[in-house]
Formats: sequence, structure tokens, C-alpha cells
Amino acid sequence: MPQMNMIQALNSAMDIMLGRDPGVIVIGEDVGYFGGVFRTTDGLQRKYGEHRVIDAPIAEGGIIGSVIGMGVNGLRPVAEIQFADYIYPGFDQIASQLAKLRYRTAGEFCAPVTIRSPCGGGIRGGQTHSQSPEGLFTHICGIKVVMPSNPYDAKGLLISAIEDDDPVVFFEPKRIYNGPFDGDPDKPAVPWSTHPAGEVPEGYYSVPIGRAEVVRPGEDLTILCYGTMVHVAQAAARLVEADAEIIDVRTMVPLDVATLRQSVEKTGRCVIVHEATRFSGYGAELSATIQEECFYSLEAPIVRVCGWDTPYPHAFEWQYFPGQKRLVAAIEQVLEAG
Amino acid sequence: MSKQISDEVLLDIHRRMVRIRIFEETAGKLAEDGKIPGALHLYVGEEAVACGVMVHLSNKDWITSTHRGHGHLIAKGGEFDRMFAELFGRSTGYCKGKGGSMHVSNLDLGMLGANGIVGGGPPIAVGAGFSNKFRKTKNVSISFFGDGASNEGAFHEAANMAALYKLPVIFVCENNGYGEYTPQANHQAIVDVADRASGYGMPGVIVDGMDAVAVYEAAGEAIERARNGEGPTLLECKTYRYYDHVGVRGMGMTYRTDEEVEYWKGRDPIDMMEARLAEQGILSKKDAEAIHEEVTKQVQAGVEFAESSPMPTPESLLEDVYA
Repeated sequence: MPQMNMIQALNSAMDIMLGRDPGVIVIGEDVGYFGGVFRTTDGLQRKYGEHRVIDAPIAEGGIIGSVIGMGVNGLRPVAEIQFADYIYPGFDQIASQLAKLRYRTAGEFCAPVTIRSPCGGGIRGGQTHSQSPEGLFTHICGIKVVMPSNPYDAKGLLISAIEDDDPVVFFEPKRIYNGPFDGDPDKPAVPWSTHPAGEVPEGYYSVPIGRAEVVRPGEDLTILCYGTMVHVAQAAARLVEADAEIIDVRTMVPLDVATLRQSVEKTGRCVIVHEATRFSGYGAELSATIQEECFYSLEAPIVRVCGWDTPYPHAFEWQYFPGQKRLVAAIEQVLEAG
Repeated sequence: MSKQISDEVLLDIHRRMVRIRIFEETAGKLAEDGKIPGALHLYVGEEAVACGVMVHLSNKDWITSTHRGHGHLIAKGGEFDRMFAELFGRSTGYCKGKGGSMHVSNLDLGMLGANGIVGGGPPIAVGAGFSNKFRKTKNVSISFFGDGASNEGAFHEAANMAALYKLPVIFVCENNGYGEYTPQANHQAIVDVADRASGYGMPGVIVDGMDAVAVYEAAGEAIERARNGEGPTLLECKTYRYYDHVGVRGMGMTYRTDEEVEYWKGRDPIDMMEARLAEQGILSKKDAEAIHEEVTKQVQAGVEFAESSPMPTPESLLEDVYA
């Protein structure tokens, strides 16, 4: 099977969907002629033409607003917002228009729009090139929110997102575009070719939206994570030699509550980890869900490991980033409690 | 000028304007009496704009509307019963009661929706126009917006993109002189919103928005340009709202004078059209009165339909969030 990194896998997903569905178009800043700042759309304009892979002005509200109009009028657009940090100028169009369109028209209108956006830190991007804003979007009813953690899922989930009749905000953790980063910046980078999920079929396949994946089965505790943190969690679990069950949430909305419940009912202990800031972060929703679903199975308080409640700091990148050390401490805390 | 316009088109514009006027006057009273829940932004005074534009369109042409959107949907062919039902929050409404005044929309009529967000519509009209061009149709999309919305970033982004991609989009600015309660002179340093067109590389046209025939002619040229692949136009219609930003109060307000309101009412779009039709021997005063009476009856029937329609079922609260 071919080896792909996440960029190649995402490119392959768009290539396949542009080929299969004449209504699919790709639009964003630098996506066409240049091929994308992360090369995710490389070669697509040459292959499909300027009318289908479109360079947009630096105008995120215009990009997102216009893909809504395209979506209601017969197309299936994929918008790229170059960094998740740039999505805020388009937030009104997502929150007030895109997400609410179906409901306010009682199902008459829908916009099958996918908004792709690289997110997350660990790349020394500072405040405005490192954010993880997924929690803001999970709070808006009417959109789905997805974040893959590996090339196989990235391709399969992006194909599902494009085919979905609901709008999907698709966050791509850019720190793991090229390899499964385990949270240790001092170790040499590992490419996806060394990882089983770097094996990606050439052709069409999909990974369903709404299903979490148990990436490591275990008995002692459950670690809920997504994106880059899936790899940090695996490394941390190896350090403590705990028999951790690690769950890649994969899709924040809709959330696969059943898989989470099943795991925590078994282990009775739960650590939640994400890069985004802690207060009102998506981990709070996960924690509340576990409490509601598994209260009588819990043997210890749930612990969250998150970015600190500060803007993303340039100088303290690896203090801010929830690395192995903090995660190990949390795992030990949860195992020792009760 | 109006010589090329057929009697049929003039009568069509006139009837559409009367339909809006009587619908809005009635809806305003019902809201004042507490029968319609929520805020209404009435289109009374601005009828010439919607009707002068809309007679050019088919149901396959798209429009995006504003918070002041009843007139746009009626001008595009909206039915009184489903519109009133929507305002009343009944299951028979255009959006099964879940949209309401500021969000009424209809797929079959190509009405992408009234919009409670000022400046929310223009980028969506750009996308609809993109799709029309992409799919090689001759259909256009029209974005109605106000002088207030012309200050929103969304308008700027939309206008730039429409011109850049040479899309079949017409930006129709209903300049009624106020952004909510703030006079235009206090919210922008220009008098003519159309001046902004040259900054995007599209024609900017100013027209008397109380004169439906003038709107009809200017809109016709812009729409023809768009259908011929010549790109967007910014059409500014100078108009006026007789009532408050929201609700029915017309006179005695602190932010504008009664004299100003009287001045604009002296140039009422329906009166001016009826004078023209009478002068040209197309429609007598008596025939015009008969139209008003006929429409009044239709409006009353719409109200009765809405009032006798069921409320949405409780289950529908949770429906249509996702596919």
C-alpha cells in the first residue's frame, strides 16, 4: 500500500472528490496557482482548472459566505482557511449563516460545505498561528467538527466531510502533517512512513463521521484525546507502563458517546487531553459527558490536561503544549486516586 | 424612457407594490396588537426598489434579503398565507414557523432568506452567482442591502470577489438614509454608496428609489450585463422607510423630523405610479382602488389562514438541525 503523509492524504481526498463529483470545487487563499502554503492543494489547479480550484482574495468572510451560496445553489465546495487562527473574520458567516441555514428554513435549504483549516501548535507559530479553536465551533449547533490524527483517517474523514450534506469544519493538526509527533521536540522528527496509519489506499474510501477509535485497548484508565495529542498520549502511556485505553475522539460533533461510555465503564478512570486552553474547552464537554454517562463507574475524579489559559506563548511553547510529562503526572494522579 | 415598458409590466410592478404595502400595513397592526410575536422591520416606503428589480427575475434567479425582507419575498412572488403563517410562527409558514420575520425564505421562489445579520447576505449572493456562472446558466443573483450594511466588511469582501470573478451578481443598495437609527451622514463620509463601486472595478449607478420605473430601467441594464457575462453592478436606490427601524411608529421620533417623513411621503412610490398609469390611460383611479380592495381581501384571507393554522409540533423543535 502507498505511504502518504497527512498532506498527501488530504490532497488525495480532494483529488478523488474533484474527479468523482463535478460539483466539488476547492477555494481558498493561495490554494490554486501556488498549491497551498502547506502544499495540501498542490497540483489540483493544474489538473482540474482555474474554475474548480480557485484562488480567493485574503477575505475569510467572503470565502465562507460565498461557499454557502455555492452550496445552496448546487455545488459542494471545499474552502481552505489557511490557518485556523484566520477563521475568525469568517466566524459570523459560519455561526449565523452556515450553521443555522437548515434549521431556520425547516430543512428546505442546506449547504454541503467543508471548511478545512490547519490548527494547533508545536510549530513556534506564536499566538496567531497556533490556536486550537475547535471548542468554539462545537458550541454551534448545525455544523459538524472533525479533527483527524493520522493520514489514513485524514483522507477517509475528508471524503466523508465532502460527501456530507451538513457543513463540516475540518481541523488539521499541522504539527503532525509530516509525522506522528509524540510531544518531545528534542527527538528527531519521525515520518509517517514509519507509522501504520501512514499506509493510505490510493483510491476512494471513507471513514465515517461520528465514530471514535480505540487506538490502544487497555484496562487501567481511559485517555480521551484527538489530533496531535493521540500520539503524545501513546508515548506517555508507555512511560508509566499503565494499561491505558486510548481513544481518538476524531469527530467532536457528532460525538461517539457509546465508545467513550463503554471504555470508562470498564476502566473507571479517565484523563482528557487537548492542546486548546482548558477553561470552557472541549474537554469540559467530554468531562461532563463522562460524568453524566458513567458516574457510578468512576473510581477517581476526571483529570484534564490542556493548554494553559493564556494566549499561545512564543517563549514557553513547550511549557504550554501538553507534553508527555504533564500527561504522565495526570495518569499517575488518576491511577492513585480513590 | 418608459415608452418601451409595456402596460403589462407597469401594471405588474404596481400590483406588486400594492401587495407589499397592504401586507406590511396589516402586519404592522397585528404586531402592535400583540398578535404577531417579535419584531417587524416594515418595508413601507421602499416598495419601488423590490418591485422594480424583481419583475425582471424568474424563480431561478436568486436573491438575498435583509432584516427588512417581507417586501422582497412578496415582490418575488411570496404568498400572503404562508408569509403570515411564518410571522405567526405556525407550521404552515414558509419555514414552518422556525424562521420568523427576519429569516423568511423559500427555495422554489429563489429567495435565499431575509437575514437578521446586517451585511450577512452579500457574500452568499456572490456564491450563488458563482454557481450560476460555474454551471453555465444565465441566472443572476441579487443582494439587497442597506446603506448601513455597506460599511460591513462582508459587503467589501463580497463586492471585491464578485468583480474579481466577474460574476452575475447585482448589489442593490436600498439607501434609506439611516443605519438603524443613525443618519447616513453620521455613519459614512460619503453621500452616494455607489461611489464605492469604482473601488471594486464595477459600475455604480444611482437611481431614484421612489420611482419604480427608474428602478426597473436601471435594474434591467444591470441584470442584462450580468446575464451577458459582463459582471456585477452596484445599483444604489435612494429610498425611505416610512416607519421606524423596527415597528410601526412613523412620526414624532427623536432621530428624524416629521417634515422629513412628510417630504418622502409626498413622493410615495405607489402614488407616483398610479399618477403615471392614470396619465397614460392604463389604469383609472377607480380601477386602482379596485386593486387595493382586491389585495386587501387577499391579505385578510392570509391572516385568517395563519390564525387558523396549527402551531408546530413540539417534536419539530429538535428537527432540521442536521440532515
